[in-house]
Amino acid sequence: MNTEPKTSTKVISFIVATCIALYILFPFYLVVVNACKAPMYITESPVSMNGVSISQLFSNLNDVIHNVHFQFWYAFGSSVVITVVSLVLLALFGGMAAWVICRNKTVWSTVIYFAFISSMIIPFQAVMLALISTFRDAGNFVGIAMLRSIPGTIFAYCGFGGAMTVFILNGFIKGIPYELEEAASIDGCPPEQIFFRVILPLLKPVIVTVSILNGMWIWNDYLLPSLLLGSNSAVKTLPVAIQSFVGSFVTQWNLILAAALLTITPMVIIFLFAQKQIIAGMVDGAIK
Amino acid sequence: MNENTSGKRVTSIACLVAGVVCLVMALYLDFMAGKDLDIFFLGFKLSGIRGAALVVGALLVLAGLYNYPTETHHRNIINFIFLFPLLFTFAVTVIIPLILGIGYSFTDWDGIRIKEFVGLSNYARAIHQPAFIYSILLTAGFVIVNMILVNVVAFLLALLCSSKLRGVGFFRAAYFLPNLIGGIVLGYIWQFAFSKVLVNFTGALFNYPYSILSDTKLAFMGIIVVYVWQYAGYIMLIYITGLNTVPREVIEAAAIDGANAVDTLFRIKIPMIASTITICSFLTLTNAFKMFDVNLALTGGNGTVTDFMGSRLTNGTEMLALNIYTTAINQNDYSLGQAKAVMFFIILTAVSILQVKVTSSREVEA
Repeated sequence: MNTEPKTSTKVISFIVATCIALYILFPFYLVVVNACKAPMYITESPVSMNGVSISQLFSNLNDVIHNVHFQFWYAFGSSVVITVVSLVLLALFGGMAAWVICRNKTVWSTVIYFAFISSMIIPFQAVMLALISTFRDAGNFVGIAMLRSIPGTIFAYCGFGGAMTVFILNGFIKGIPYELEEAASIDGCPPEQIFFRVILPLLKPVIVTVSILNGMWIWNDYLLPSLLLGSNSAVKTLPVAIQSFVGSFVTQWNLILAAALLTITPMVIIFLFAQKQIIAGMVDGAIK
Repeated sequence: MNENTSGKRVTSIACLVAGVVCLVMALYLDFMAGKDLDIFFLGFKLSGIRGAALVVGALLVLAGLYNYPTETHHRNIINFIFLFPLLFTFAVTVIIPLILGIGYSFTDWDGIRIKEFVGLSNYARAIHQPAFIYSILLTAGFVIVNMILVNVVAFLLALLCSSKLRGVGFFRAAYFLPNLIGGIVLGYIWQFAFSKVLVNFTGALFNYPYSILSDTKLAFMGIIVVYVWQYAGYIMLIYITGLNTVPREVIEAAAIDGANAVDTLFRIKIPMIASTITICSFLTLTNAFKMFDVNLALTGGNGTVTDFMGSRLTNGTEMLALNIYTTAINQNDYSLGQAKAVMFFIILTAVSILQVKVTSSREVEA
């Protein structure tokens, strides 16, 4: 049977695929090339390699990193801390909650589960305004700063990421045979140790999936940190810092694109190393 | 064994008592803090540590509960401790603000305090605002165009990437790459591409030496281009997974029966991935609805509409999500913004339930 496509079809589809790839990657080329130029070369010819020099790249990067509105290292550090701590807490608390919900078939566990599931449709815009005031009032009341603080932002991410995390983990825990837990229980293992010694190690692959989905969202998120941290605050995440930097430098494209390059690079490096896991994680998360 | 249990009981009760003392003290200080009555203890201002006392108290209570020696209730205590952290954050960040927010939309809330209950007047104000109606229509148009475009483009890319193609891994990764980057950065990159690079081409080819972002209609198309560029690669991945589930034997059998490529595509592949189509259209629908970052960074919602419902608008490219944000944050009209947000929530819920019903009824037929 003729299931093997003809050579001409193969060549044509290869050419088409290459053209699309060029189109998709072109903006990235623009970023890299123009981050290496002085402003006059950008106005002259933004597409060509004219005026590209490594020393200009370093001078642009240096300007960006030490800019008072951007404060790259500080923003980068805040972004890393917020993302990593939120991911760890979401995986741990999410796993604990999903396990309890999955293994207790009572009225309250069903209610909690459906509360989580139905909350996934709520758009952030519907809660964001009241969220600011709740955080402000609760923070003032108990004497813990919830706004303009990293712990407050992490707290918010645990709340907003919880639903999807529980949903995906719950689906996975359902597939773990209950006999495993019964056996451990008969051997005298208390329930908390069943979770930490038996269930949690089995959850590893799905925790990777969940962390990729949550990680991409938290790292790139702009609206939540911009509202909770405020755009003039000392604590900023990278997207918030980029926004306030561009707001003050609308015309200096060499600096804006250098800032974009700085923000993109960590993501691209992680993607190059963990391509398979990221692609698989994004697809799994959507299908479940 | 007995001694062990009684030892445990002592620590457990000690933890519980200390925890409750901490909590009560923290709460007492919370209520006193507003009244400028500071209590000093060994030279420390106690109101400064009331937050820490609350956290420590809560942890002590949890530790006390955990160590409490009981056979019958141990499982329930563990269930409570395991559920507590996530449920607590979830309640404080989602449930309470949602309920408060819906309540605030019926008052003259200004972001800090409420003076009076105003009934439905915020909703009435929203409906009579041409800019708001305009952004609803714009969002609807954007969602429809995007659902079709993203799905068609992504499906074609998926067909391309699941055929026998040299370097298919590279192409998949390249098409997915834009999805890694946040909307704010993307918006600025494309702003550069449109207003500094594309200008040279349109100037030379069509004698149109202006940025397409300065024209409202073209800028709207620009947003669509950027969004499809960002999103198609992700949806493509889901379609590839769907296409891989179509059994090879079925396609071969069809080929033996004389089906050509087009027949195979429309009669076999598309009906067999109906559930994937449901997922993808749901994802594109909800995400296009909530689109915010690209809108903010690319055009900021600017654009002139000379006559809409008899008034001149300056928010020609402003989608709903951005409209809510500007109403509340920039124009400082929190109660109006909150009323719009509630309407946004209702529209989104209704549309997505409808969409799932429609596409999944198709699934059954297929």
